[in-house]
Amino acid sequence: MQKYTFNAVLAMGAIVIVALSYYEVLDLYVQTVLMLMGINIILSASLNLVNGYMGEFSCGHAGFMCVGAYVSSLVTVILFTKDKVFGAPVLDPELAVWFFPVAIGIGAAVAALTGLIVALPSFKTRGDYLAIITIAANYMVISAIENMDFIGGPRGFQGMKRVVNSMTDVIDIPWMMIWIIVGTVFSVWLLRRFVSSTYGKGIIAICQDEVAAEIMSVDTNRMKLAAFMLSSGLAGLAGGLFAHVYGYINPQSFNILKSTECLVMVYLGGMGSLSGSVLSAVLFTLLIEALRFFIPELNAMMHGIGILPDSYEIGQVWKWVIIPMVLILLMQFRPEGILGNKELADVFPRLRKFYSFK
Amino acid sequence: MEFLIQNIFNALQWGSFYALIALGYTLVYGVLLLINFAHGDIFMVGAYIAFFVTAFLLGDFGGMASGALPGWAILALAVPLTMALTSCVGVTLERIAYRPLRRKGAHRLYVVITALMCGLVLENGNLALLGASRKKFPELVDKAIWTFGEVSVTNLKVAVIVAAVAVFLILQTIVTRTKIGMAMRGISYDKFAIPLMGIPVDSIIVFTFVLGSGFAGLAGLLFAMSYPILEPYMGALIGWKAFIAAVVGGIGDIRGAFLGGFLLGFIEIGVAAVFPSTLRDLLAFSILLVILWWKPTGLFGVAKTTKI
Repeated sequence: MQKYTFNAVLAMGAIVIVALSYYEVLDLYVQTVLMLMGINIILSASLNLVNGYMGEFSCGHAGFMCVGAYVSSLVTVILFTKDKVFGAPVLDPELAVWFFPVAIGIGAAVAALTGLIVALPSFKTRGDYLAIITIAANYMVISAIENMDFIGGPRGFQGMKRVVNSMTDVIDIPWMMIWIIVGTVFSVWLLRRFVSSTYGKGIIAICQDEVAAEIMSVDTNRMKLAAFMLSSGLAGLAGGLFAHVYGYINPQSFNILKSTECLVMVYLGGMGSLSGSVLSAVLFTLLIEALRFFIPELNAMMHGIGILPDSYEIGQVWKWVIIPMVLILLMQFRPEGILGNKELADVFPRLRKFYSFK
Repeated sequence: MEFLIQNIFNALQWGSFYALIALGYTLVYGVLLLINFAHGDIFMVGAYIAFFVTAFLLGDFGGMASGALPGWAILALAVPLTMALTSCVGVTLERIAYRPLRRKGAHRLYVVITALMCGLVLENGNLALLGASRKKFPELVDKAIWTFGEVSVTNLKVAVIVAAVAVFLILQTIVTRTKIGMAMRGISYDKFAIPLMGIPVDSIIVFTFVLGSGFAGLAGLLFAMSYPILEPYMGALIGWKAFIAAVVGGIGDIRGAFLGGFLLGFIEIGVAAVFPSTLRDLLAFSILLVILWWKPTGLFGVAKTTKI
């Protein structure tokens, strides 16, 4: 029984969180932070597949998230809500409960296809040039969506809240919380299974030495294709969840800054360490939320001591100075991240007793 | 016909900025094999430094008497000052962020990430310190417009184009004809054997950063004179695109950067003249992808071989 402890704890935790959300013990802010944590876990774990396990440098992850967010939102809004642009709902809104995971899946699939933009050039180019292509892909996605006026263009897109509301009308439980927990567990499970399978070990082989991997019968091109598409597909899944949690998206919320957040999480956790990714996503979300409260405190404190001139206020924009600084310092002093290419169970071997993984 | 010639002039001016910034990218890459992702933001810092220098010389900060100097004298002073101060920023970045990593022999990936983050720090630090209000660059030299038939050219346009060509020639001369240029090429060729030959590697690298950042500062000054609205994120997109220009030309090659910059300028102005201008970025990036797909190391680049 001992080896099922981890699964039992995970299930218990999920049920407890959902129950607390249902009885509104956790206020909406805490719920949102928890959901954001789940989304960040998906993002950092999926980017870790390319940046950590495969050793490439992809820094346009938010572009795929953008595709997933837009596609899944469009599907749900067109099918289930009365919209000014798209007219009456195509299906009965009560079906949204059953159709929602399918819509998210469609978003993820389209995001995976968008991943081809990056995956195909990656056969020939490596390293720096590939980094440029990923950034270009990020810009291209944002620029393309800004040019599509029928989905709002740069003004953004909304209406996903109505979908979630029609879901709660049918059965009144915190749907988004449930789907985010399901999505997070599914993503981490999928990645864990993938990189430890015989097939997925090819990715780690590419990271070590591409030429040797090719000689040892790893089909490197196919492996790269699989890695990029899986990574961008999961990013699309995260994007779809993100869109339905917040109910409003605009292309600029998926720009290079969002990609930078993903990068920070991956390198903070450690390249090629899934548990590190999960851990760092949790820590990073907490850090960002803490900064939200900490910066006004700091501002008040510094004004109190009299270091700052009265005309100057420390604003939330400092968050974006502090986060890159954290990463710079990390690169200087501990470039391998918190766990650094090891799983949690490698650092604490006793944990192995509590889960079964063959 | 006039429309065409007018647009060619616009493209030459636009391409000049790209070429000036791309030259900086290429220089640093040619020596260190490092993409200095912060270069676009150094260009932005250069524009801001130019703004403060000219404001100081115009007497805004009480350093000088207002109106003591005529416009051309202020410009003549502002160019070297801006270039020098921007070089200091570039060298500081190299000292604080890149050199410790190089000393440790860190993986190149970490250096690239650090560069990316330094760029973000410069952008957002600027936003946090100076606020989001845009700065208006003062007009220093009276605009003169020369018309040839239907085509009109401002003196500023000509100055920008001339500056880009001059910088290209200077750099080409330095890299191919001088001892220090030889040392630069040597470092990129074999960075382990070069110190054994008695060449001070660190000083050469600092010199590279001085050159690249100085010209980015010059580009910032000229850009601020041409489009006199400054904002903290102005360097980001232009920097990326200049980098694309450098890549398309074949990074590490000075001629490639110069030609790539003008090529991108022509592409963008051409797109904006034919299609709606919102599609400009999309098409520019798409063309980059196509070119890289066709020639993975750029137009002038040399194919790398891996020894097994």
